[in-house]
Formats: sequence, C-alpha cells, structure tokens
Amino acid sequence: MSGIPHDHYEPKTRFEKWFESRLPAISLLYNTLMIPTPRNLNWMWIWGVVLVFALVLQIATGVVLAMHYTPHVDMAFASIEHIMRDVNSGHMIRYFHANGASLFFFAVYLHIFRGLYYGSYKAPREITWIVGMLIYLVMMGTAFMGYVLPWGQMSFHGTAVITGLFGAIPLVGETIQSWLLGAGAVGQPALNRFFSLHYLLPFILAGLVIVHVWAFHTTGNNNPAGVEVRRSSKEEAQKDTLPFWPYFVIKDLFALVVILVVFMAIVGFMPNYLGHADNYIQANPLATPAHIVPEWYFLPFYAILRAFTADVWAVQFAHWITFGIVDAKFFGVLAMFGAILVLALAPWLDTSSVRSGRYRPMFRWWFALLAVDFVVLMWVGAQSTEFPYDWISLIAATYWFVFFLIILPLLGVIEKPETPPATIEDDFNAHYGPEAK
Amino acid sequence: MTQMFRKFALSTLTAFALSTGGAMAAGEGGVTDYAFSFEGPFGSYDTAQLQRGLKVFTDVCAACHGLSFVAYRTLSDEGGPMLPEDQMRAYAAQFDVETPDGDFVPATPADHFGHSGMENAPDLSLMAKARAGFHGPYGTGLSQLFRGMGGPEYIASLLNGYADEPDCAPDGVPGLSYNTVFEGGAYAESCVDEAGKHTVPGSWIAMPQPLYGDDVDYDDGHVNDLQSEAQDVAAFLMWAAEPHLDARKHAGMVGVIFLLILSVLFYLTNKRLWAPHKHRE
Repeated sequence: MSGIPHDHYEPKTRFEKWFESRLPAISLLYNTLMIPTPRNLNWMWIWGVVLVFALVLQIATGVVLAMHYTPHVDMAFASIEHIMRDVNSGHMIRYFHANGASLFFFAVYLHIFRGLYYGSYKAPREITWIVGMLIYLVMMGTAFMGYVLPWGQMSFHGTAVITGLFGAIPLVGETIQSWLLGAGAVGQPALNRFFSLHYLLPFILAGLVIVHVWAFHTTGNNNPAGVEVRRSSKEEAQKDTLPFWPYFVIKDLFALVVILVVFMAIVGFMPNYLGHADNYIQANPLATPAHIVPEWYFLPFYAILRAFTADVWAVQFAHWITFGIVDAKFFGVLAMFGAILVLALAPWLDTSSVRSGRYRPMFRWWFALLAVDFVVLMWVGAQSTEFPYDWISLIAATYWFVFFLIILPLLGVIEKPETPPATIEDDFNAHYGPEAK
Repeated sequence: MTQMFRKFALSTLTAFALSTGGAMAAGEGGVTDYAFSFEGPFGSYDTAQLQRGLKVFTDVCAACHGLSFVAYRTLSDEGGPMLPEDQMRAYAAQFDVETPDGDFVPATPADHFGHSGMENAPDLSLMAKARAGFHGPYGTGLSQLFRGMGGPEYIASLLNGYADEPDCAPDGVPGLSYNTVFEGGAYAESCVDEAGKHTVPGSWIAMPQPLYGDDVDYDDGHVNDLQSEAQDVAAFLMWAAEPHLDARKHAGMVGVIFLLILSVLFYLTNKRLWAPHKHRE
C-alpha cells in the first residue's frame, strides 16, 4: 500500500490463488500488517493501537449495554440501575464503558500532542491529520451524547448548557438548538435521538479510523527523526524499517497491557472517581446543580469557552466591529470551536522546513509551554469563574491561539533548526547500533 | 524529548486528580474520615455491619426514606447482608405491596423496597454514591483519591453532625435543625458576618436528628451508640448503592494480576524479538 518498497503477498496454494483472484482480502491484510515501519519509533507511537483498542472496547461494551438500556426519560435512570444490579456482570460492563471513554480521551490527547511535537501533520501527512481531527470531533460528539443517556442531574443540565451554546449563534441559533433537541428544551426527543446517534457515531468513527490508517499507510509513518524512509530500493528501505508484524505489534501490545493494568485498577477500585457524583441523582429539570462541570476530557475547551467574558478587550472590540452581533457568549462559542480549528490547520500554520520538534530548539520550549497550557486549561475548567481563575483561564486560552496563529508561523522564519540525522538508520544506530553504548 | 512527554503524561494524570479535585479544602470541613471495611483495593463489606445497618435503616430511616432500587432478594446475595433465605422472605413479608388490582399483599423477594413516604425525603438507594462529591464537584477529589473518603463518610458524619443551636442563632431556623456537616441548606441571617461569610460551619437541614444512640437493639450485641449506628447505616447504604462492590474489587484484583503477568510476558517477547536489531555485533 505504501510507497515504500517491500515484499508483497504471493498466493501459494491453489485455494489462495483461487481466492485472491476473486477477492484480494488476504493480500490486503498482509500488506496492511507487513507495512514497513520506521525502526526508530519511540514509545509515543503506541497510542494508535491503544485508541483502536478503546474503540473496540467501547463498541463491544456499548452493544451489550444497549440491550438493557431504555431511552425514556422516566425509565433511563432506572434501566442503568437495572444494569448495575441485575444484569450479569452489568456493573463491570458499564464501568468499563464509562471509564473506557476516559481511556479513549487520555490516549487521543497524547496521540495528538505526539503528532504536534514530531510534526506528523506536515506534508505529506495533512490528510491523515485532518481525518484525525474529524475523528476527534466525532469522538467528542459521541462522548457527549453518551453522557446524557444515564439521565442523571449532570447529564440533563450539562446537555442544557452545551446545546444552549448553539442558541448563542446569532439569528439561526435558536432554530439550531431546537433542531438538535427535537424540542424547545431537553426532554424525551433529545434523549431518544442522542441514544440513536450514540449508537451510530462509533461506526462512523470506525470508518474514519480506516481512512486515517489508509492515509498514513499511503505516506508511511512519521518517526521521531522526522526524516522519510529511503525508497530507492527494497534493500535501502529495509535498513530504515522493520515490518509492522511482529515488531511493532508486540511492542504496542506490551504498551497496551501496561496501560490496561492502570485502567483495570481504576475500573476495579475507583470506577466513579472520574465521574461526577451528581449523576447518581436522577435528572430533575427543576433542581439545577450548584456547579455544572463537564467530564475532565472536555475541560480544556470548556475553559476556553468561559475564558472570554464581556469585560475582555477583544470581546468588546468584536462586539463593536460586528455591530453587536458577536456578544460574549457567541465569542466564547467561536473561541471554543476556533481552538479546534487552529489545531486542524497546524499543517498550514507551521512554516518550518524541519519536521521533528526534536531538532527545533525554539519550538521545543513553546511546545512544552503548550502542553503545560493544555493541562492548566483542564485544571482551570473545573474551577469557579472567580478571581484568580478568570485571569488564569484568559491567559491560558490566549496562549493556545497565540501558539498556533503567531508562534508556529513565525518560528519557521526566525528559528535556526539543528540538522536532523540523514537517515532513519543513522538515528536508530545512534541509540542501538554497534557503536552506541 | 521522550522525557518531556513523560512529564506531560504525569502532569495530565495530576490534572485528572485536580479536575475533579479542585480546591481540596473547600467544604470538606466537618466530614470525618471513618475507616470502613470496604475501603481500598482489598476492602470488602462487613456482613455483620450490613445487617446492623439494615436494622437501623428499617427501624429509623425507612419511616420517611425509600430504597426503591433495591430488591428484597438481594439481602441474601453474596457480598451483601447475606440474610438466610427464610429470614429474607420473612423480612420482605413484613411489608405490603399493591397489586395491579389495587389489593395489598405481603411483599415477595422479587419486590423492591418502597419509595419515600415523605415528599422531601430523598430516596436513599444511591445516596452513598450521589454524595461522594459531598456537595458538588469542588468538594472532594484528592481526599477521595488518597484517603478513600466518599459518600459513606459523608453520611456517617452528617448523622453525627447535629449540634445545639449556635450562639449566633439561639432560636435557630424555624422548622429546621442545625447540622455542622450539612452544607447548602438554609442559613440563619444572624450567623453571616459583614463580609458575607458564614460564621459557623454547616447549615440548617430539614431532616430532624434521626439517631441519638440506643435507637435500635442489635441482634449481635454490638454497642449501639450514635457513632456505631451512624457508621453501620452508612455502610449499609453504601452496599445499597453499590451491591457488587466486593465482586468488582475481586475482578479488579484478578484483572490487575493477570495483566501484570501478561505485561511481563510481552516485555520479554518484545525484548527478544528486537534483540537481533539492537546492539548489533
């Protein structure tokens, strides 16, 4: 599949030849599994396999949960308790599913930041990056709708807040909000369609994952050195690569199992730790919880949403220049979606000729700051909006945009990159070669 | 640079703790960190304590509160109060349930505990999990992570938290009871200082003090002071909220051990597989 020269599948037996000429499934599988993979991939290249595992786990547990769940406002909460109490192993299956979402996002954030640091988004991998961003968006939609299904207090009031964001869009906002909810407010139509979509979207996700894998199998993997595999001959390519099976499959499985030790401990010993206690109270439209806080994986973007209040200079300017169409609420919504948009545009915002951050002395520091910034946003998203948290979130949210819109384009001009190794073989041998200690 | 990622991963983990944690000090004031038998990875329910707690619930709490998600049959389940089947049937038969025809018949093991008899008395089926954050997402987090504090600690503390009316409000709040642990209830105007801060902990709660000590006689002869009763019923309510806790922790432990062994095997396989390509002669 990839442009890297390698051995192709040759049907040997008569059956294989018969089958191959009718459906080349075995060769597709062979070429996918045997893809030449840069031998210098480090431990940050394991998250993809973790993510595939998380998707399969979520679909497998989710299908079983759906067999016992009732999408009705009067019965949803009780049907969850039925799963927790009466369904065989239902409590484990549900805790795997609920914490599986956290595993999914934990892995996807490390996967995205890996891509940012090593320049995996750069030519020729822009399509892989864009499809990845689509996957991330669908993931967020799926997770959000899944959180509504237990019909607890946080489910209900969180939905009211998040769908209310669409209501902030001028002119068409309220129409969009009613269209999403199927009614003027959160209720039975919303619960029913969210259940339907929560079942549908993971399969769209799976389709996007196939496209994502297809795209990077076409270009070949990026790698920590950020230099391409040599493709002039098979012998040369083999010095830079090893086949995915068994070398990277076993490596990735080892990493996956280590991560699953932690995951299993969380599910077994503290399965409610990452959730909100309030969601064990049945939804009551008349009693709004004191603090509505999204799940941890939405907190960075929730913090950006809340950061730009009416007293911020940029918000007032936007309000004035648009004759009042953009108010603070709409500005916040634009900022939240903008934060993901600038991430998606990274391939075109980054002007540096060097791919890997390892050889970019200035980028390294700005990137480290971005990673810290992300964690700060996650933390501040769970705090109140009082001083000093309002300032912290404003500064942290601003840095997110400054990094992508100013620093990233500028670095390509002012930074003097170091020289990357000439080949992947050189990079690998510097660590593991005969001379390396 | 992998180190940078390692650091990032660590700080993300810290953020996990902080995001649900928030301000650790905020509002954890009166909650005591009781030692329950079901805390920690190896913890499990104390059957005798669950039976005592069932008695407190039946004789005191059930007067107003429902437990509607819990079926009588589960009183005999492994990892629960484990009443012998005949006792469980006899327990259920004390209560009446309404048939579709409007008749009242004695409950069977398949029936559930009743709903709350009083309108403003919440159902207690999930209270031990619903109050694990004490009062909202800012309440706990780090204490929950490192000391295993959660809903049962809150419930036992609340039941122990009733106190005489404070000096700032000798007449209290009409119809409500002063509780040093309960946050978010009504508050006496006279106990708010000029800066708008509360001068005494807790607030006024609608539930009159339910337990004083000596409220029930335990069949196992256990001491029945207020502390014991409060902790026993808190433990029982934790079971009611999470009846499969013992099975879950057992599965978790088996899973962790299995995965640890598997990870060692994968580590060795991976090392051997890559050896010819690393440190080449």
